[in-house]
Amino acid sequence: MKVILKRFLSIIPVLLGVIVMIFIMLRIVPGDPAAILLGEHVSPDTVERLTKSMNLDQPMGVQLLSYIWNALRGDLGMSYTMKRPVTELILGAFPYTVKLSLMAAVFAWAVGLISGIIAAITQNRIPDRLFMGFSLAGVSVPVFMTSLFLQYMLAFKIRAFSLTSDGSLYSMILPAIALGWNSAGSIARMTRSSLIEVMQADYIDTARAKGLARRAVILGHALKNSMLPVITMMALQLSSMMSGAVITESIFAIPGIGRLATEAIQKRDMPLLQGTVLFTTVIVVVGNLIADLLYSVLDPRIRKEA
Amino acid sequence: MSTENVLEIRGLKSSFFTDKGEVPAVNGVDLVIPRGKIVGLVGESGCGKSMTAKSVMGLLKYPGRIVEGEILLGGKDLTKLSDRELREHCGKDISMIFQEPMTSLNPVLKVGRQVQETLLVHDKNIGKEEAKRQVIDIFKKVGIPEAEKRYSCYPHELSGGLRQRVMIAMAMVCRPALLIADEPTTALDVTIEAQILRLMKDLCRQNNMSVLIITHNLGVVAEICDDIYVMYAGKIMEHAPVFELFDHTRHPYTKGLLASIPRIGDNPEFLHTIPGVVPNMLHLPKGCAFANRCELVQERCRSQMPELVTAAPDHECRCFLALEEEDQNGTGRKGGGDR
Amino acid sequence: MKKTDEKMPSGAETKLTGEERAPEKTAQELASEIGEKDGLKEELFRMCRQNHVAALSAAVILIIILLAVFAPVIAPYKEAEQDLMSRLQGPSMAHLFGTDELGRDVFSRILYGARVSLIVGIFPSIISLVIGIVMGLLAGFIGGWVDYVIMRLADIMLSFPSLLLTMVIMYTLGRFSNSIVCIFIALSLVGWASVSRVVRSQTLSLKETEYVEAARSIGVGSGKIMFRHILPNCIPSLIVLYTLSVPSSILSESTLSFLGIGVQPPAASWGLMVNQSKQFLFTQPWLALAPSLAIMVIVLAFNFLGDGLRDVLDPYMKTQ
Repeated sequence: MKVILKRFLSIIPVLLGVIVMIFIMLRIVPGDPAAILLGEHVSPDTVERLTKSMNLDQPMGVQLLSYIWNALRGDLGMSYTMKRPVTELILGAFPYTVKLSLMAAVFAWAVGLISGIIAAITQNRIPDRLFMGFSLAGVSVPVFMTSLFLQYMLAFKIRAFSLTSDGSLYSMILPAIALGWNSAGSIARMTRSSLIEVMQADYIDTARAKGLARRAVILGHALKNSMLPVITMMALQLSSMMSGAVITESIFAIPGIGRLATEAIQKRDMPLLQGTVLFTTVIVVVGNLIADLLYSVLDPRIRKEA
Repeated sequence: MSTENVLEIRGLKSSFFTDKGEVPAVNGVDLVIPRGKIVGLVGESGCGKSMTAKSVMGLLKYPGRIVEGEILLGGKDLTKLSDRELREHCGKDISMIFQEPMTSLNPVLKVGRQVQETLLVHDKNIGKEEAKRQVIDIFKKVGIPEAEKRYSCYPHELSGGLRQRVMIAMAMVCRPALLIADEPTTALDVTIEAQILRLMKDLCRQNNMSVLIITHNLGVVAEICDDIYVMYAGKIMEHAPVFELFDHTRHPYTKGLLASIPRIGDNPEFLHTIPGVVPNMLHLPKGCAFANRCELVQERCRSQMPELVTAAPDHECRCFLALEEEDQNGTGRKGGGDR
Repeated sequence: MKKTDEKMPSGAETKLTGEERAPEKTAQELASEIGEKDGLKEELFRMCRQNHVAALSAAVILIIILLAVFAPVIAPYKEAEQDLMSRLQGPSMAHLFGTDELGRDVFSRILYGARVSLIVGIFPSIISLVIGIVMGLLAGFIGGWVDYVIMRLADIMLSFPSLLLTMVIMYTLGRFSNSIVCIFIALSLVGWASVSRVVRSQTLSLKETEYVEAARSIGVGSGKIMFRHILPNCIPSLIVLYTLSVPSSILSESTLSFLGIGVQPPAASWGLMVNQSKQFLFTQPWLALAPSLAIMVIVLAFNFLGDGLRDVLDPYMKTQ
């Protein structure tokens, strides 16, 4: 219990740091946000009024504190370009991103685990080399390339899928594969190396000496142990999936959070950018926390301490 | 004759195939384990004794494998079996316990389940409940207190001694004919060591089971073994029943081993050691592997490997001096009595 | 080394040789023991001989570097030379990879684009490596609150999805300077956190070794210990980290450029070229294919090389 609580508390400085960092990075930009928000043809008077109402005349420290306070209450400010609350925009886009990343994760895990296991049990033989070469290629291909390739082959040539996504599960298959591709490669590599390491352990000899066949040893003894580091990996994948979502969403025209972030930066919409980055980062941090807790559930040695 | 022997190893050779060449870790070993006897395999680390055990159990890992020889279990050659066929014997007819009770149990599975698994693998008809009952039974037999409670413990919740008892329970649960124990007490405290050895001896007597105990510790051997093999650089150097070996030691290497056991009252300044180190297995010397460390080395030792000769009834020795020296001692016994 | 120690049986035991007892050897240890005492250079040669993929990758990287350096000599056309008469042509002898919508020679632009990819791949990684080394050494060596602050900072940096963090930095810097400098700075600032973690953990374990204690006991200064005694021991893992951070920087640049917030036209960048050819994907797919393959080849080469190096230099580092 104590360990879990401690882990919970440890994300607080990180979250605060994240907010402060985003704030600092975005507010050192010179230029008057109020003027940008209002556009070009307005009187200085109007700009000044808005500046006051947005607290932009206050010292930086006060602005930061009020931003944190507002963020904690769920208020991330108004979007310059869409003239709507950032929180509302993000919550509207969130379900799409969740759907996309979940599907991508399922794909990545299924493909990554299976090919990792096959590679591990055929270590240094042809299937292993094949899968590992393939997975390294998977890791080396940028997400936008996979997306365009899938679009060209499966949507344009074969016409099995639509070019863009309308939000339905079926139309999300292509973007999900494109997004999960890299992760599948990393998971395969991690699974392989972890499984190979576990297969060297003494208790594998014990299991073999008991008379268990290879398959039973792998499924019953090795796999569970080898999954522990792979679970940590899962958290890292969450972060890269959020990055990848920016690209897939823009290519397949999915109105998710990544799309919001791209639009925000292209239209220089500071509050929107600030909000989307903050939101995705919080998701990553919480995802890491969940992975850690899951780890301690699976490993009885840690569970006991918890 | 051969039915008397649970296991016969004949001319076993197992090697690692590394980038730099073949490393013959086990180099022509003959070993016989009679029913109901405890046999000790003694030697320094790296002499190939663990490799011998792993060859029997089919546990050699790439790049290691059996090159030649026979391993006969009740007349059946284990080296000819497929992995699947070999697994049917492992755990049921032969079982093995390992050096490190800390790492030899799967950390994420309950110990009871790990023992139960042995039963379930070899007896498809046994029910889970029945298997559990038998596990608790064997737990009691190997002296695990509060057996029911320990059944659902994880390995890290048990002490080293208890874990080794679990390992023994796991090895014993199918009543095998042969138990191979690879340094079973090396990682344990001295007091626990004595308990575990006694337990193994008792179990052996009760079940008419044979034990092959692999150790570098001559104290362990003296305590429980009936028969001893001394191994050096992949070869058997000397073989005799325990009292014969200790009373009429013939091989200079065995003498060195015995002399280097520290005894209470010895002046620690004069602790005997065997000079030098084990030769590089990749470039074994042409003659006797022990020649470069032997105090009694002769010219022919460096050019020719001595054969394992019967120096006395039940006493084999791989040394040119084995026969002559015994004459000097005046016992007058000469080889001849075939076993 | 560490593995050997763990395998040493402990507890009371009869001493056999008196001198030293080697532990029971596994195959791997045997193998490594026989041919271990090689230096860094020998290790690299060994890798080239045994791992043909890694050697090939090194060669490919070398070729790409040469092509990029001599791009003005090799390229048949200038980077932004337009020929509106021959727009969107397929591959031919005059234009190896065809021409784009402004009649620019794709092959020439690929060559010039290699410069961007290499610069952005190689240099920011060095900067983030240096920052990471300094941070990691300080955190590991000084410990206490310095360690806490630096490591929390690294935690924070690693929490951001890297592309979004880069985008934020690009947003901020976008006002000051041209885009390639922005990418440069952004990538330098993003990569140091993982380096500092590795350096810190190695510093922590090396700090306790006898030779550092000995150096300290004879009055060697902290700075000297850090750079003379601890850093050299981190070099193998740092080489691997560096080789693997180059392709990820290249990927970041191409992704940013693809999204239109990286290198700006008319400069040539592979990511940007893919972006511009996107609208002709279904009519002139070769336009997208050439720069895509270029990205893939360079990233793959660096990844294979990094993998090969890891096998040789750093057997205990896990795939991440």
